Amino acid sequence: MAAPAAPRPRRSLIEASLYAVTALILFFLVAPIFVVFPLSLSSGELLVLPTPGYSLRWYEEFFTSNRWLLATWNSFVVGLATMIVATLLGTLAAFGLYLGQFRGKALIIAILSLPMVTPIIVTAIAMYFALSLVGLGSTLTGLIIAHTVLSVPFVLLTVLASLQTFDPNLLRAAASLGASPPVAFRRVVLPLIAPGVATGALFAFATSFDELVVALFIASPGQFTLPRQMFAGVREFLSPTIAAAAVLLIVFSALLLAINEMIRKRAQARGISSGPTP
Amino acid sequence: MSSRLASRRNVMAAALIAPLFLLVALSFLAPLATTLYRAIEDSDFSLALPKTSRSLQQWDGVALPPEEAFRSFVEELRQAQQDQAAGAILNRLNFEETGLRTLLLQATRASGRLAEPYRDSMIALNPRWGDPALWRLFKRATGPFTSLFLLRSLDLKPTDQGVAKAAAQDAVFLPLFWRTFEISLVVTILCALLAYPVAYTLSILPQGWANVGMMLVLIPFWTSILVRTTAWFIILQREGPINALLMAMTLVDQPLTMIFTRFAVYIAMVHVLLPFAILPLYSVMKGLKPDYMRAAASLGAPGWKRFLRIYLPLTMPGVAAGSLMVFMLSVGFYITPALVGGPGDQMVSSFIAFFTNVSVNWGMAAALATLLMAMTGVLVVVARLVVPGFRSGGVKA
Repeated sequence: MAAPAAPRPRRSLIEASLYAVTALILFFLVAPIFVVFPLSLSSGELLVLPTPGYSLRWYEEFFTSNRWLLATWNSFVVGLATMIVATLLGTLAAFGLYLGQFRGKALIIAILSLPMVTPIIVTAIAMYFALSLVGLGSTLTGLIIAHTVLSVPFVLLTVLASLQTFDPNLLRAAASLGASPPVAFRRVVLPLIAPGVATGALFAFATSFDELVVALFIASPGQFTLPRQMFAGVREFLSPTIAAAAVLLIVFSALLLAINEMIRKRAQARGISSGPTP
Repeated sequence: MSSRLASRRNVMAAALIAPLFLLVALSFLAPLATTLYRAIEDSDFSLALPKTSRSLQQWDGVALPPEEAFRSFVEELRQAQQDQAAGAILNRLNFEETGLRTLLLQATRASGRLAEPYRDSMIALNPRWGDPALWRLFKRATGPFTSLFLLRSLDLKPTDQGVAKAAAQDAVFLPLFWRTFEISLVVTILCALLAYPVAYTLSILPQGWANVGMMLVLIPFWTSILVRTTAWFIILQREGPINALLMAMTLVDQPLTMIFTRFAVYIAMVHVLLPFAILPLYSVMKGLKPDYMRAAASLGAPGWKRFLRIYLPLTMPGVAAGSLMVFMLSVGFYITPALVGGPGDQMVSSFIAFFTNVSVNWGMAAALATLLMAMTGVLVVVARLVVPGFRSGGVKA
């Protein structure tokens, strides 16, 4: 009865232009990231396209330069330490918030996730003043503390989301079978919220690994992380080593994304939330 | 019994939350509070010149201060200069009124020649010392609190007669806040306009293609802001690929200046923030039942009307969530404008960094930080009111 009022050709024209626009925007999103790949393989001294030839010299430069190696080492040390501390404290606090039966939970969550909404520059100068005051300015410890504070809200929120699907009767069952609360947490709760914990840990690591603004204020050359070293590179001595570093960071981010997708898929298959990730 | 059980549970809960709460309280809330406190705290003068401060505080502020104030001022200033502690008050006073540094340095240099009565001796050195308004300025600087930094952040200044407009050369902060707002608004609008068709297409594509498209959104999302900004830095530079392409196609005969312009800031910021607009919009569109649109179609509404009257309003929460997130993140942007923008494209963050590192005026850094916090706070509140279930997130949420 309802005849296809909209003439078919016009409809498909709209659809085609929609696809074209989407493709263009997606191209805009990914193309800049891929531009650095050929540049990093340039044999020339300048960051120009087309490259005069191809070589691996800038990767060699990266892997033999003390500065870049130190920055890589620092990034992993700070990233892993941040991940461990943030995951531990964030998971425990999330479970505490799940267990507790008191008012003001929302307020506590809001306070604990305040570092997420505070403009990063404000956090950076606050940390800079405070850490210098207690003698932790220009130390890796200071950077780890700052990064932990920045990344802990992600752990808290992903684990809280996982706990929403956790059945409290399981805890009662564990207790009735004689499991002490720590044992119940380890043997019953943790396996079920593992995807959320893993996602949170991954976010914590990625947040620290990418963080630049706090590092700009806190890190001296001895504590430079990869982003900090790269920033110095763009500002001071622009060479294709930066492109090589960028490619390594992109590949690493892609790896983290792949791990995240894997966690999500496995959690989905088991019907558990791995957190509020897209 | 059950209430005892519940209270035991709560003790355990508190013990689990406590470590994180302590960490956040000690290494975030306390530093944040002290930083904001710096915006109103004013102790440089009274710390370096305690006796002068005391006698100025007792002075009625009408005629010139007593000889005692002049004497202790000269003595303490000389002492501070010897202890290399004068820098802070020179900076503080010179910030309130340009030229005071020179005046004070002149007095310290001549302090050997200054003698009793110091009042006349100083006025003979420079008649400026005979101006009660100058001493009233000093009196205001004795603290413990000042409105100077917050007022200056709004291009105002405290005077004897209350608040006045700051001198033209100092009135840079309202335009700065306006510029920050303008850049953030343009970026937000561009992101919303670009995100809408992408999110829509991804939501109607068959699952396989949608996954591919989603990956293309998520890869930049997970790539660090610095890497993406660096990529734009390389692309937009004079010798960059865009200029090379334009030259090769002989569209231009000399390279265009794109780097260090507002255009570069817009394009790089949109690139960095676009995924934040696409993702919430996509999840809203994906969750929408096609029934509404079908109902509208069966009632004979033409395509554009169905879109405007049904689809757009239903997807507005996604647009609002994404836009608020983008705007909130834009307002605090620092790295992208610093790398690809020119001096006229820097935002509030850049000035906070400048006052912290370069000009070492921590009061001003704190005052600007306070206002930036206030701006973001208002946005978060608006977001919570406007968008149900809005949860603000940082770079990777």
